[in-house]
Amino acid sequence: MKIVAILKQVPDAESRLRASASGVDLDGVTWVMDGMDEYGVEEALRLREGGLDAEVVAVALGPDRYEEALRTALAMGADRAIHIESDEDLDPISQAKVLARVVEDEGAQLVFTGGKQADWDSSALGPAIAEFLGWPHSDWSTQLELAGQQVRVRHDAEVGTEVLQFPLPGVITTQQGLNEPRYPTLPNIMKAKRKELKRLPLGEVEQVEARTEIVSQTLEERERRGRILEGEPAQVAQQLVQLLRDEAGVLAK
Amino acid sequence: MVLIVAEHADGQLRKSALEAVTAGTRLAGELGVEPVALIMGRDVSSLAQELAGYVKDVRVVEHDALGDVRAQTWTAVVSAVAQELGALAVVFSAGRVGLSVAPRVAVRLDAPLLEDVTELQVEGEQVVATRLSYLSRVTERVKARRLPVVVSVTLNVMPLPETGVSGSVQPMSVDIPEADQVVSVGERSLPEGGRVQLEEAKAVVAGGRGVGGPDGFSNYVEPLANALGAAVASTRAVVDAGWREYEEQVGQTGKSVSPDLYIALGISGAVQHLSGMNRSKVVVAINKDGDAPIFKAADYGVVSDLGQVVPEIVKILKK
Repeated sequence: MKIVAILKQVPDAESRLRASASGVDLDGVTWVMDGMDEYGVEEALRLREGGLDAEVVAVALGPDRYEEALRTALAMGADRAIHIESDEDLDPISQAKVLARVVEDEGAQLVFTGGKQADWDSSALGPAIAEFLGWPHSDWSTQLELAGQQVRVRHDAEVGTEVLQFPLPGVITTQQGLNEPRYPTLPNIMKAKRKELKRLPLGEVEQVEARTEIVSQTLEERERRGRILEGEPAQVAQQLVQLLRDEAGVLAK
Repeated sequence: MVLIVAEHADGQLRKSALEAVTAGTRLAGELGVEPVALIMGRDVSSLAQELAGYVKDVRVVEHDALGDVRAQTWTAVVSAVAQELGALAVVFSAGRVGLSVAPRVAVRLDAPLLEDVTELQVEGEQVVATRLSYLSRVTERVKARRLPVVVSVTLNVMPLPETGVSGSVQPMSVDIPEADQVVSVGERSLPEGGRVQLEEAKAVVAGGRGVGGPDGFSNYVEPLANALGAAVASTRAVVDAGWREYEEQVGQTGKSVSPDLYIALGISGAVQHLSGMNRSKVVVAINKDGDAPIFKAADYGVVSDLGQVVPEIVKILKK
């Protein structure tokens, strides 16, 4: 079986973003594999290590720098990687169209991707890939069992969690709780350099046109009162309740 | 027309369904068309009547395959109704279900998706939305390049609509293809009884490592949440330490909340956590480390031992 793990490269959560005239300036940020995607790579590797006869292919769509994230996936243990090169600012639905094409061309049966992308803050990629392929999906998955072609997966429902069951092929979006992603070891990082990393220009894979356009971006700076209360516990408590009720208006009077 | 997808659970319309009604009705007004609300399920005619108290035109689809909420069956119904009625926009609420279904509907309708948006405007003929990106560190305005457009609206942002409309309810029948029925829903696990649901909560009390341990939740976080009628949340560090369940985690890898009041107890305020809560209207931080970044994201800060302050607050609230 072929398993595709889709990944993104995003600014590290602790990187400081700066504003520029044209929007957000990402020069100088530290780029990392999206933490949510690591769970998918890890889960694919665990299925293979658990005895499943599977080839794990890491796939990414993005600019040159994405290669580093793909190398990380190879160093974690993926068998090979495909990089669809594009500098375009494609919305998640358009990204999904391209990635679904790759999954189809590869003849993969199982696709993993992160539950939420840390650049677009979007959860759309997995469901949209599944829809382009006509496959079922489970999003925000925290537990996965594969018995033959049957998937049994626990995921977040609107309230609480529920178990979904369906036959492969399918798309699983991942989140914390599914597993503990491994760190690449030095020997595996060296070994990864010899693994296949295929580069394909976007135009050779799929013709897409972005469906949305970002008009403006500004750093989110929510005005906060930033008021520090001081005094004895009982006094501070009294003051806080009063402020929440009278000034902020969030407690019933 | 603008199609509003109304969610329900346990025989009740969700609050988020009503928020979607507000967003969809406003958008329809700006586009110069009528709003139409859609409710689907196995036995939802009384809910459809209730919905008709908010929207003039309600469509109801009842089908045996709609007993459980499943992304593909919902996609089939919403897409078919949107096409039949010629929707210019389809509006979901951005809870777990809406976030799961809206992308599939966008693909099926060959439409752009505006996801998890806090504001919607029509400029010329185009729909423009405001939303957050980069772990909620950036506010962006995004334009859909064509219509129809599929939209999901952030929970707890839109006001509730006024009731008193006497709308009509019309049943519609939709074929749900076999290919959309391959998923079956098994065992469910609900949060402990009596708990307020996190994402729709008006108030949230969250605990971080600074509460000291699982006891910190039973001694401080839960009593304060109970006194406020608030939901309980936690940070990744707390979940990683095994003190609390994943379902309660707020942040990048957990849930995003936007309550009126968010009280952070013993939380340092890593970007990872802030990205899940910084849409809250009012933020209170109680932490004994005065340098903790959470104070920069707070409206009211108390630099103190939470073990002393929280019981005092609970005492006042209970009076």
